[in-house]
Amino acid sequence: MSTVARVHHWLDERLDLKDTLAPLEHKTVPMHRLSYWYFLGGITLFLFMIQVCTGILLLLYYRPSANEAYESVQYITTQVQFGWLVRSIHSWSANLMILTAFAHMFSVLFLRAYRKPRELTWVSGMALLGLALTFGFSGYLLPWNTLAFFATKVGTEVAAQVPLVGHWMLVFLRGGEDVTGATLGRFFGFHVAVLPGITTLILGIHLLLVQKFGISMPPSVERESIYRAEVSRPMKFFPNFFLRELMAWYIALAALGALAALSPWGLGLKADPFAPAPAGIKPEWYFLWMFQTLKLIPSKLAFLDGEVVGVLAFAGAGLVWMLLPFLEGRNPQTGRKLVLGLAVFAVAYMASMTVYGFVAK
Amino acid sequence: MPVKDAMLTLVPDFEQAEPFRPSRRRFVRALLGGSLVASAASFLYPVLRYVVPPPATDMGGDTVLAAKTDELKPNSAKIFKFGSKPGLLVRTAEGEYRAVSAVCTHLSCTVQYKPDVHQVWCACHNGLYGLDGRNVSGPPPRPLEAYDVHLQGDQVVVSRKREA
Repeated sequence: MSTVARVHHWLDERLDLKDTLAPLEHKTVPMHRLSYWYFLGGITLFLFMIQVCTGILLLLYYRPSANEAYESVQYITTQVQFGWLVRSIHSWSANLMILTAFAHMFSVLFLRAYRKPRELTWVSGMALLGLALTFGFSGYLLPWNTLAFFATKVGTEVAAQVPLVGHWMLVFLRGGEDVTGATLGRFFGFHVAVLPGITTLILGIHLLLVQKFGISMPPSVERESIYRAEVSRPMKFFPNFFLRELMAWYIALAALGALAALSPWGLGLKADPFAPAPAGIKPEWYFLWMFQTLKLIPSKLAFLDGEVVGVLAFAGAGLVWMLLPFLEGRNPQTGRKLVLGLAVFAVAYMASMTVYGFVAK
Repeated sequence: MPVKDAMLTLVPDFEQAEPFRPSRRRFVRALLGGSLVASAASFLYPVLRYVVPPPATDMGGDTVLAAKTDELKPNSAKIFKFGSKPGLLVRTAEGEYRAVSAVCTHLSCTVQYKPDVHQVWCACHNGLYGLDGRNVSGPPPRPLEAYDVHLQGDQVVVSRKREA
């Protein structure tokens, strides 16, 4: 027996590999004209793994205090060998991950993969998207530069608009009344300990659910395949689809490396709590549509403050979005149209508000 | 034939194995494997370089002001900063100044002056040194680095010994 075979035999004797890996052996992925969308979830997972690896590397040098954070990031990008590359990959990968997560969400929506029995997969995915945005918001502050300082000030102030618990949330998030070194310490703790822990758990559930229910076939393809069987054929997940997924990861990595190397992430100026906010200040692009909406709402709507209305509207929309699979409900015909209409409206609204936010002063 | 027997235990189908023949498949495999190894190396190399911190700039120089002359009574000592590492300045019972590195040569604890035995003592593993840095007893394998001490007015200045 060769060494590899002996090791395999040793492990098989103890772990019963054949039975343990049996589900992997039988798992198949339907291949048809829309199969390319299936890669998005995997790419998001890959970018998350990149975030974990580069995040751990950044932790080797980063110092979470108002006096040292900016300087330590400066040290990483100017003194540490390849430090600029590691930080740039972390920033680019974060943004690409949000992008692929949104694309994954809309592909699931338009391919109607959220339907029974996969409602919980959708809900867990929405939770992961929320976590990804929270990761982005908390990580944005860590370099302690001017943009991050004001983004955090505004973002936490938005949270304060929530009726009743708003002020409590503001103090909880900031670690006090103002954005200070205490806020930085908290955000650091959320970013490197709390969020990764929760995300790992929910990601595990999400992947288990995907594994349990298998890959969903879009209803349109399913209908076609009744008459013409050749429009869809199953492909073994391991190794056939898995190798294709690896190639997709490889391409994602190439794109990431090119972006990080050719367009390294800047650092900006160190935050000064007593300096005015710079002109043209904007949040990260994935918050831009909300930012632009808040700018458009008048300061008073009936007897309510405009901000309060906006924040409540976002919270309500998020809740509706999370419960989208349940809207199809008993009557799939009208429910389907409702969900589709909401999805089209959401894409159009978010896209146009984002563009508006980019060009608006 | 012992060599053949050995080969048969390593590769069970050694006798059936075809003689080496370059084939298209072999070439493609080598190409694929080679590029995988090359890309793995290109990811690992920056990471390995990254985890090694850049050399710290030692801002201490070779000479420091360790104490004022009125600071130490005879038969006492103080720790002073020598660059990024601690040094031990001892005033002997006779009133002379001695300075040694305060980093124990055993496992790098910081040593202290023991006035009752007039020696330098490391609390971690009970190592003893003479006031000239010589290792006297216990686990320390080497003497402590001894420094030069000069008095400049009311200042006690410690400097690294010049290489002769």
